[in-house]
Amino acid sequence: MLNVGKIEEGYVLDHIPAGKSLSIYHHLQLDKLDCMVAIIKNARSNKMGKKDILKVECDINTLDLDVLAFIDHNITVNVIQDGKLVDKKELTLPKEIKNIIKCKNPRCITSIEQGLPHIFFLADEKAEIYRCKYCEEKYNERL
Amino acid sequence: MRHLMNPLDFTVEELDALFDLANDIEKNPGKYAHACEGKKLATCFYEPSTRTRLSFESAMLSLGGQVLGFSDAASSSASKGESVSDTIRVISCFADICAMRHPKEGAPMVAASKSSIPVINAGDGGHQHPTQTLTDLLTIRSLKGRLTHFTIGLCGDLKFGRTVHSLINALVRYPDIHFVFISPPELKVPDYITDMLGERGIRYQEVIRLEECMADLDMLYMTRVQRERFFNEEEYVRLKDFYILNKEKMSLAKDDMLILHPLPRVNEISVEVDDDERAIYFKQVQYGVYVRMALILTLLGLA
Repeated sequence: MLNVGKIEEGYVLDHIPAGKSLSIYHHLQLDKLDCMVAIIKNARSNKMGKKDILKVECDINTLDLDVLAFIDHNITVNVIQDGKLVDKKELTLPKEIKNIIKCKNPRCITSIEQGLPHIFFLADEKAEIYRCKYCEEKYNERL
Repeated sequence: MRHLMNPLDFTVEELDALFDLANDIEKNPGKYAHACEGKKLATCFYEPSTRTRLSFESAMLSLGGQVLGFSDAASSSASKGESVSDTIRVISCFADICAMRHPKEGAPMVAASKSSIPVINAGDGGHQHPTQTLTDLLTIRSLKGRLTHFTIGLCGDLKFGRTVHSLINALVRYPDIHFVFISPPELKVPDYITDMLGERGIRYQEVIRLEECMADLDMLYMTRVQRERFFNEEEYVRLKDFYILNKEKMSLAKDDMLILHPLPRVNEISVEVDDDERAIYFKQVQYGVYVRMALILTLLGLA
């Protein structure tokens, strides 16, 4: 059994699909934070078989949960304060995401216009489809 | 401030008001001959589209306004690398309203977000061309007297045809429209459209040959089938005549059926059909001017 120490304030992101934790680490820009991060890969899970877990010791107001929800809204977000679990957040797909993914349509204005934010809107909640605000091209890949 | 980016930007009620205005302009052009006096329309065309540009310019001139602009990117500051955002801020100082055509999808939306004057999307790549859809709707409404209760056939390239997709999206907002899609299997209407029709419980059928459905149609919207869209030459040769409308096929149609086409036509409608009174694609061009006149008046707050 692997032991990872308790955190005083921060997040425990649980039920991350196995292998995705590093991608989430980068998208949350945790590499830019000077804080303690534990990445646990392929932990045993009754629900998922294998799962990843991320433990992040940080100010709980600094994490962009919209990014997390876009990546996978089934991830469990445990909020820790004073070493105790104070909240479990439900993630819902954000209606709009800005500068997280880029439009890959070569005919889209975002391919030439400088300084334009890449904005995607949730076009179909059931099918989890996002479209570029400008050209409405579907974003096909998951992060 | 109001812009027009997508035909669905206007509600059905707003479209009704716009079309009523267009019909009034058609009947009483003199009443509107000075409506835009002192106003200027900028036509910013980053790629050539003579027909659309002239239609906008004709509309503004018929309203007593004036026009200025450019007709391709080479004669604009875009050739010097200026962004759309900067260009529209400058154009906002020169004109009261702007019609923009751009090869990049979403460019008019970027312009609208930075503009202090109304912006009309006059076509952005393969994305939207809302004034064509408004033209199609006005033509149907004026000549059929309604935008409800009919069977419309859409024929040709239904996979890539921007005008077809826009028209379908606009028509599904009206009750009791039955769609018949006539195309080669390679150029079928995309799944997301048939899925949307299915979800809304709207009737549609897909056929390969015009003859299969000609007698059922109240309207036929023709588009061009391009050789380069086919996987191989044999298929093109085998199928191309299926999508050419001629007198023989017209003989199967109802007496009051209407034939629409966004133009330019190449050979998908034989010239022998032009004299048939059911062929209304040149009238459609005239309705394009009326609807643009009504749109300019509406967006300038002069309606």
